Amino acid sequence: MDWNSLLVNTAQALFSPVTVAFAMAALGLAVHFGFVGLLNFGIAGFMAVGAYGYAISSLTFGFPWWAAFLASMVASALFALLMGIPTLQLRGDYLAIVTIAAAEIIRLLLLSTTWIKTTGSADGLVAYADDFRSVNPFPPGAYGFGPWSYTANQFWVLTLSLVMLAVCLLFVWRLVKSPWGRVVKGIREDEDAVRALGKNVFAYKMQALVVGGVIAGLGGALYVMPTSANPMLFATSLTFFVWTALLLGGAATVFGPLLGAVIFWVLQAFLGSLLPALADLGVLGALSSAQAGSLRFVLVGILLIVLVVIRPQGLVGDKRELTFVK
Amino acid sequence: MSNSNPGEKPPEKSTGLHIGEAGPGVKKVDPILVADHVSRSFGGLTAVDVEHLEIPRGAITALIGPNGAGKTTLFNLLTGFDKPNSGSWSFSGSDLAGLPAHKVARMGQVRTFQLTKALGLLTVLENMKLGAKNQTGESLIKSIFPWLWKKQEAEIEARALEILERFRLLKLKDDFAASLSGGQRKLLEMARALMSEPTLVMLDEPMAGVNPALTESLLGHILNLKAQGMTVLFVEHDMQMVRHIADWVVVMAEGCVIAEGPPDVVMKNEAVVDAYLGSHQDVDLGVVTGRFTEPKGTS
Repeated sequence: MDWNSLLVNTAQALFSPVTVAFAMAALGLAVHFGFVGLLNFGIAGFMAVGAYGYAISSLTFGFPWWAAFLASMVASALFALLMGIPTLQLRGDYLAIVTIAAAEIIRLLLLSTTWIKTTGSADGLVAYADDFRSVNPFPPGAYGFGPWSYTANQFWVLTLSLVMLAVCLLFVWRLVKSPWGRVVKGIREDEDAVRALGKNVFAYKMQALVVGGVIAGLGGALYVMPTSANPMLFATSLTFFVWTALLLGGAATVFGPLLGAVIFWVLQAFLGSLLPALADLGVLGALSSAQAGSLRFVLVGILLIVLVVIRPQGLVGDKRELTFVK
Repeated sequence: MSNSNPGEKPPEKSTGLHIGEAGPGVKKVDPILVADHVSRSFGGLTAVDVEHLEIPRGAITALIGPNGAGKTTLFNLLTGFDKPNSGSWSFSGSDLAGLPAHKVARMGQVRTFQLTKALGLLTVLENMKLGAKNQTGESLIKSIFPWLWKKQEAEIEARALEILERFRLLKLKDDFAASLSGGQRKLLEMARALMSEPTLVMLDEPMAGVNPALTESLLGHILNLKAQGMTVLFVEHDMQMVRHIADWVVVMAEGCVIAEGPPDVVMKNEAVVDAYLGSHQDVDLGVVTGRFTEPKGTS
């Protein structure tokens, strides 16, 4: 067994742009579900809107990189509004159904060949990050140390991702510690009680949906920044990976989503290397190494079940404050 | 009958609230809440059909009636939690019909719920602070700049502590509201409602499920509200209690107001006795159900 590559793969997942992008998406979901109680099962849709918002505005409209990021945020915000207006007046479970459907609609629209010139259909989009790379302050070369080695472009994406993540974390932390956070935590538990105290519950839920949606959308844009955007990236399974990361860390926490995302990807990378290696050694019986690679998703599923049963508040959550679902 | 507890000084009652003869829909000298032709039906069932109702300002009004009389539905309609099929109503002269619940609350008409809605996952103090109106820090943009709302927050906290003290909840301020007893939650909900500095407090069964000792203190708090110049409208089943603290009683049955008047008068009203107290009000329950034979010399 190649222990070296196994450790390098695992360590790389610790500081990869994908992990950071996931942490952003999980943070957006924490705002939705953890603090306000909005059951959003369409987080992949938000990420897709954010990613394609960047890619399309950059390729089709020739936006500079910063404007493309703005466009990505605006697109996610509009998507949140569009979904929130009809559903936020209804009971929580309806939002879950609508969001999961909306995310699929987005993915299928992107897959459709009708707008192939704009969306690239199944091939997706590439080269939208050219302008972003052109402003790369790091000269070409290799960066990092030990298992963490990056090209200048990768390093630039990672740096910006970390900065954005830090800003979002600070923003959300400030939000939930403020009177605004108090109101939405009240809404999470009992809307009518909060309504009876003169708070506009619909407006707060909408604000939360937009804020969380924009953060998740930015996460989506960062998710596709190192490589290419493709509708298959935003399948429903992505939603559940983000949920796993969130619940792992702690739904009603600010830093839980980050912790959860890191653990999730480190574990994925570790199992993704370990299981095929074990299969090659014949330890896993008749499983081929490719089959063993997929086994990690089964293990993640089991982990999620164990987690919900044993530690519903997540790793860093306060059990008194939030157990999984109220 | 006018004083059921001879040893105790009865609370001061407001009198002379109405104009003309007391009866359903009678005009009040100074009404705070006026409702006209309010009706609400669920499918074929008419839950509420109130012709005209005025609630006197600065007094304690009790809304009584048998189960299913439409009391809570009327509460929900008046506070914007439900929409009527028809009707209009106004609060302190401004039209309320069609206004959503949070706007009604902002105007100073705040309610509590039959099933207590203390927010269990917030601390007692947070529950209280949530009640305060016009908070700068509750706006999304301003909330992330703490220096914009820290001062107001401190003022709100001071007021919250003061009210908690009065309600004897001060030592529980950092506990999650979920850890409170049923009675304490009722107190907390009432205290939280006061944080919004209301002019009309609407209490839906404030005494339900509260032990007698705590009932005493709840009653004291309700009388206190009046002493502080607030108007109180409450739903209650305990006749003793209504007699004790209400200045005015409105009786509902099958969605309509069937009687109104000062408590002592209303409770002798035949329609009320029939609809609510039951024609067997003086007979032991066991006799009514036929499980015991009637003792000699009664009824």
